[in-house]
Amino acid sequence: MTVEHLLIAVALVAGLIGGYLIARSRLRGRRSERPQAIHQILLPFTGTEISRRALDAALRLARAEEATLMPAYLAAVPKRLPLDCAIPAEAAKAMPMLEAIEQRAASQDVSVDSRIERGRSYRHALERLLSRESFDRVVVPATAEAGAGFSGDDLVWLLEKAPAEVLILRPDPEDRRFVTANGSRAAV
Amino acid sequence: MAGRLKVFIGMAAGVGKTYRMLQEGHAEQEAGRDVAIGYMEPHKRPETSALAEGLEAIPRRRLTYRGTDLEEMDLPALLARAPELALIDELAHTNAPGAEHEKRYEDVRDVLAAGIDVFSTVNVQHLESLNDQVTELTGTRVRETIPDAVLGEADEVVLIDLTPEALIERLRAGKVYPGENIEAALGNFFTVENLLALREVALRQVAQEVEAKRLVVEAPLGTRTERVAAEVPKAVGERLLALVRPQPSSQRLVRRAWRSSQRLGAPLDLLWVKPPGQPIEGEVERQVTALRHLASVLGATFLIEESDNLVDGVARVARERGTTYIMVGESEPPRGLARLREPLPQRLMRATPAGVDVRIVARREGREER
Repeated sequence: MTVEHLLIAVALVAGLIGGYLIARSRLRGRRSERPQAIHQILLPFTGTEISRRALDAALRLARAEEATLMPAYLAAVPKRLPLDCAIPAEAAKAMPMLEAIEQRAASQDVSVDSRIERGRSYRHALERLLSRESFDRVVVPATAEAGAGFSGDDLVWLLEKAPAEVLILRPDPEDRRFVTANGSRAAV
Repeated sequence: MAGRLKVFIGMAAGVGKTYRMLQEGHAEQEAGRDVAIGYMEPHKRPETSALAEGLEAIPRRRLTYRGTDLEEMDLPALLARAPELALIDELAHTNAPGAEHEKRYEDVRDVLAAGIDVFSTVNVQHLESLNDQVTELTGTRVRETIPDAVLGEADEVVLIDLTPEALIERLRAGKVYPGENIEAALGNFFTVENLLALREVALRQVAQEVEAKRLVVEAPLGTRTERVAAEVPKAVGERLLALVRPQPSSQRLVRRAWRSSQRLGAPLDLLWVKPPGQPIEGEVERQVTALRHLASVLGATFLIEESDNLVDGVARVARERGTTYIMVGESEPPRGLARLREPLPQRLMRATPAGVDVRIVARREGREER
């Protein structure tokens, strides 16, 4: 074998390796650009805190099922405003909550896809969200506090109407820990 | 020749708009001008009523509507009296049926058309374009509004500024409302939070008015649309552009960008540079819908620019929109030959107009999407 033959062989091998690397890099790029079909767990909430028990339950489920968690802040838009108007004050409440939830989800290696949904009431916002997105499961934290979050009627409605498995978490009087925009807090 | 309009604008009732208007009325009168009060609403404020003394007031006109006597500005009497300067309070007021016009600002236009200068007052929440925003901020909607163009027609806009704490102090001292209404006002509208938000809106509004006027004066060539388009970057101050992709991780970038835009008081655009021919369907469509929806919630604008070159697409949009600030998400670590490529922020800096800042939003630790 002459030196020329050796150089040609080296060039061929280098070309093949280079071509393989370029093709692999492009394929990865395309894969990363294209979101894939995923299973989703909806975690609707209202206000500026969410039961830590409910969030942890939703995260456990999402992790076990390799599903994406969709925390959804529900905003009630007053009737005097158009339903599709910008809601900066509500968004300002939702943003840190979604951030806190995503942080907790990231620490447990759960993927998230957040939403903010508007409606004339919390139930209406939930109805709009359910009609727009598809879910395999809905995790709803029930509340013992009157006027906060979802009412009993809302939950009954959800059980009847949601095209998904509904998991209602009953509030535990012994466990009053919440995730808030500033982290976690324990109610007294 | 039409009269000149000067508007005293404030964040809320009680900041001292009417008081300042009267002070300036006195100053004009002392300077030798013929001044008359067309209409003044003292709101049972003794200091304001006292300041009106010494200025001629055109008697109000009584109108009867459904058995109730209502007092309105007497426009015919004011026009007949024809002072050099008329002081007309509450520009956004709705007249009682039977008056010449439905709204007071329409009366003011007649007065100006008669060559009479006018000083008037308005609160920021009465501006039509800000009405929804102020309602959202404060939870209280005012029914009486004026088109923004009315403020745009003013030759001079004077902001009467007061800190929220000082206004609340005035309220507590009974200088804004009578005693029986003070507690209700403090518990509802007059909270520090509401007033801070309103003050910011008022300051921004007046700044925009000043900027808009400056542009008209400085750009003598071309049509008005061309002049404004040419000056967009100067007219709007800061403008943010967030580069998104139809992926869940973009939501975090949008949140960061929105918070920055709120701090800067700047409009926010969300841009996805779509490869030509890529169909918007399936999961991509779902994520595009989610981004469009989020933009609507935040009051941002969602743009899709088709280009096979990300940097060129961004640079084109940044020029068209007058962007001053671009926010990009942190890229995946480059692999293979991509390591040799110049990073996106540097390429963006070179391609966009001078003065455009580029900010990288870090990825969150852990997995965000699959």
